[in-house]
Amino acid sequence: MTFSILDSARAEPVTTAPLLSLEDVRIDLRPGVPLVEALSFDVAPGEALAIVGESGCGKSLTSLAVMGLLPKNLKAGQSGKIVFEGMDLATASEGKLRGLRGNRLAMIFQDPLSALNPVLSVGAQIAEVLIAHARMSKAQAKARAIELLGEVGLPRPDLRFGDYPHQLSGGMRQRVTIAMAIACDPKLVIADEPTTALDVTVQAQILDLLTEIRKRTGQSLILITHDLGVVGEVADRMIVMYAGTVVEEGPVAEVLSRPKHPYTAGLLAARPSGSYVHGGQALSDIPGTVPAPDARPEGCLFAPRCARATARCREARPPLDRAGARAVRCFFPVDGALA
Amino acid sequence: MSLTDTSARRAPAARLALPPWARFLLGRLGQAFLVMALVVIGNFVIMQMAPGDLVTVIAGGADMTQEQMADLRARFGLDLPLLVQFWNYVAQLLTFDLGYSYRMNAPVWEVLSARLPTTAALVVLSLLFSVTIGTVMGVVSARRAGTLTDMGINAVALVLYAAPSFVVAMLLVLVFSVKLGWFPIAGLTTVSAGYTGWALVKDMAAHLVMPVTALCTFYVAIYARLARSTMLEVMDQDYVRTARAKGLSETRVIYVHTLRNALLPIVTMAGLQVSTVLGGAVVVETVFGLPGMARTAYDAVFQRDTTMLLGVMFVSSLAIVIVNLAVDLLYTVLDPRVSLK
Amino acid sequence: MKPPSQIRRFLRHPSGAVGLALLLFFVAMALAAPYLFPQGPYKMVARPMLWPGQNPDLLLGTDSLGRDLLVSVVYGARVSLLVGLSAALASAIVGAAVGLVSGYFGGWIGDMLMRITDAFQTLPSFLAAILIVGLIGPSIGTIVTSIALVSWPMVARLVRAEVLRIKTLDFVQACRIMGMPDWRIMLAEILPNSLGPIIVATSLLVANAIIIESGLSFLGLGDPNMMSWGGVIGNGRSALRMAWYITMIPAGAVVLTVLALNLIGDALNDVLNPRLRKG
Ligand SMILES: Nc1ncnc2c1ncn2[C@@H]1O[C@H](COP(=O)(O)OP(=O)(O)O)[C@@H](O)[C@H]1O
Ligand code: SF4
Ligand SMILES: [Mg+2]
Repeated sequence: MTFSILDSARAEPVTTAPLLSLEDVRIDLRPGVPLVEALSFDVAPGEALAIVGESGCGKSLTSLAVMGLLPKNLKAGQSGKIVFEGMDLATASEGKLRGLRGNRLAMIFQDPLSALNPVLSVGAQIAEVLIAHARMSKAQAKARAIELLGEVGLPRPDLRFGDYPHQLSGGMRQRVTIAMAIACDPKLVIADEPTTALDVTVQAQILDLLTEIRKRTGQSLILITHDLGVVGEVADRMIVMYAGTVVEEGPVAEVLSRPKHPYTAGLLAARPSGSYVHGGQALSDIPGTVPAPDARPEGCLFAPRCARATARCREARPPLDRAGARAVRCFFPVDGALA
Repeated sequence: MSLTDTSARRAPAARLALPPWARFLLGRLGQAFLVMALVVIGNFVIMQMAPGDLVTVIAGGADMTQEQMADLRARFGLDLPLLVQFWNYVAQLLTFDLGYSYRMNAPVWEVLSARLPTTAALVVLSLLFSVTIGTVMGVVSARRAGTLTDMGINAVALVLYAAPSFVVAMLLVLVFSVKLGWFPIAGLTTVSAGYTGWALVKDMAAHLVMPVTALCTFYVAIYARLARSTMLEVMDQDYVRTARAKGLSETRVIYVHTLRNALLPIVTMAGLQVSTVLGGAVVVETVFGLPGMARTAYDAVFQRDTTMLLGVMFVSSLAIVIVNLAVDLLYTVLDPRVSLK
Repeated sequence: MKPPSQIRRFLRHPSGAVGLALLLFFVAMALAAPYLFPQGPYKMVARPMLWPGQNPDLLLGTDSLGRDLLVSVVYGARVSLLVGLSAALASAIVGAAVGLVSGYFGGWIGDMLMRITDAFQTLPSFLAAILIVGLIGPSIGTIVTSIALVSWPMVARLVRAEVLRIKTLDFVQACRIMGMPDWRIMLAEILPNSLGPIIVATSLLVANAIIIESGLSFLGLGDPNMMSWGGVIGNGRSALRMAWYITMIPAGAVVLTVLALNLIGDALNDVLNPRLRKG
């Protein structure tokens, strides 16, 4: 029997059932102090979803929760459902999760230098994923790792196999972590700000690489970013997070051209004109800052910074209103195209 | 700023031309030279400050007139100006002539080279065991941080850290030799048994159990504490999270990804510790009557055998310098970021 | 820096409180010795090797020469603490001076000083102590000197690291611009701000000095005019078979004192160097 997991995965028919579905996920720092709350969204097979929001909005925690890798102090405070391929990851055993991680579900981190082990060669770090999940021998894993290094665009991959992380440039390192993530042909890749730590000049290359891989393999991608400029190029759909929850959701083209949430509108307005430039335009040009987890307002989380806020906003939390493909968490959504 | 200016000026082109391994070796040799210079100067100063001199040692028992003693002093060059005497001492050491022990009636190096292996075995075994046991304790402790196991290991480490080797030695002798009779109380072999081959090795091992243990415990505590804190630190690193994100087994995450990195400061510490372990060997060899080099130092003190004592200091320091060089090389193997190519 | 709150935090620290209580016990013992036992520790009071409790007047029994073991232990605290404190203080001063100068001036002076510090740290310290004390003669003076001579490098390295950090801070730069002389910047601005690591190191140095002193005395290289724990242990060696308490009681005193100092060091480290703690 040589019917490997990879083959069966490719043979799966495309269905409308989501690949990943988060339902009312909440992560408490301590009882009553949520870092992430009322978080629900889906990712369809083959889809690229962007998650945007200012720093501290809970984007990284969300991705770590999906991976089952929340920091120890937050694990106990996690609740809600995280269903991946029909299995609830939130209640899955550590062994089950370990079988999925790096195999069906992979992650690319922000800073490739700190994400790679300094004392192991990059080749060995790729090969070990293959040995762990694809049951390859050392020699097979090495051959495949060299192939992968080539696929992610490293010149002379045979020579790079034995290199250590410090010997590579930032862009090359991130290519290595991408190779590591796609080694076992996962169904979902989560990239948490994969270009933030890189030179502006290589950011576009890395995003192109991620898009190219996704198109080629049919993997789903969650791209976390605070750079609205890149969203349109990479993602099909996007969600906007604010203070630990989703405030807006919809197809990228629609949200970018007709934002409904005042926060999204603010983010877009804050972009330098000529938009769609790479280079990490900081999303902090809206007056005020994201409230600290233990100082969140009673009513709408955005109310303290919102120009449209009314007494109602300060008293009650707006629900996430769905209408077709769009959703918005606001009592008085913005309407109309962006000026 | 001015700081950067000076550092730029301090990197002459000639230095940059050297390959990294040559620069590394030169730096290390320079440091080794400095240590040995310090030992030689220190030895000489102590020799001058010590009451009496070589001639009083030789004269020790025998009756000698003032003239005879002055005669001897002239023969040994002890009447020369200090700087000349110092130069003579250095010149003598440069030919690796450590002098002649009038107490033992033998050249110092001959005595020491016969005793060096015992001390070397004691020190190396102690370091190996303490690093291994301490690291294992630290790893277990870090993995169960905050649990009863962790607290237990910490408590053990705390007590071992407070117990000097001679205290441990006495306790071991009391419990395992006097009370239980499990291990021989002293010596390196059972001389009367006349063992050979495998039996001799086993006999020696039995004799070394307690000395090695006595010398180990303090360092076990050090490595346990160090390993625990570095493991905890490394476990927080992003690359350990990456290893978990790759779905690797917990064993692999801990031993390949975490411990490999946590070993670096442990190896550094072990290198630094060679010298203190050697010092501890004096006490342990004395308590357990081992015929080692450190023990020779102890005997030399009471026989006022200055030449021998200075010789022990010189040889020990040389050994330490050489071991440190070896540890530095080992470090370059363990940490690819320190490359010599 | 608010000292009172730090003292309170130290006392609330479990190892700090336990360590301090233990240490105070031994300090009280050392201070009270001449008043409690004016006859001194060398007087023979009863039959040799009287076990503890055998004679109700001799709580800890007698040693192999018939001297009161309790008196020896009480007087031993004096030597241990005296040597420990003096040696630690001397090393702290030398180490702090070397570290300050080398860190503040940097350049070749700093490099050279650090090289020398490294060299000192490489020496087999206990052997060097034996050499010095053995050849020059055992006395409190030589013992303290020999211990200080091999212990200062640790302080020098710590202080240098602190100085390198502090000297880049704004207030030091400001002092420079104001034209304050280097020595004043070092002593009045940088030194007070690097006291944390120095204090922690000193508590550990005291412990280390006590270990070295007791080791020297154990080998018969203690000050012959002072009753030291190591000396009592060394003398008890030959009687280990018949009267192990002679060895183990002072041994316990050494271990407890060192333990107390280590506990204090741990607590001080947590209180004074919060930067080093993991959040
Ligand atoms: N281990 C943790 N313990 C406590 N709070 C945390 C921890 N990790 C993150 N946080 C807090 O959770 C919030 C969200 O963090 P994060 O998900 O990293 O934000 P983002 O990735 O969107 O910038 C922040 O306020 C952060 O301070
Ligand atoms: S609910 Fe009110 S405060 Fe919140 S975003 Fe909408 S308008 Fe602003
Ligand atoms: Mg983040």
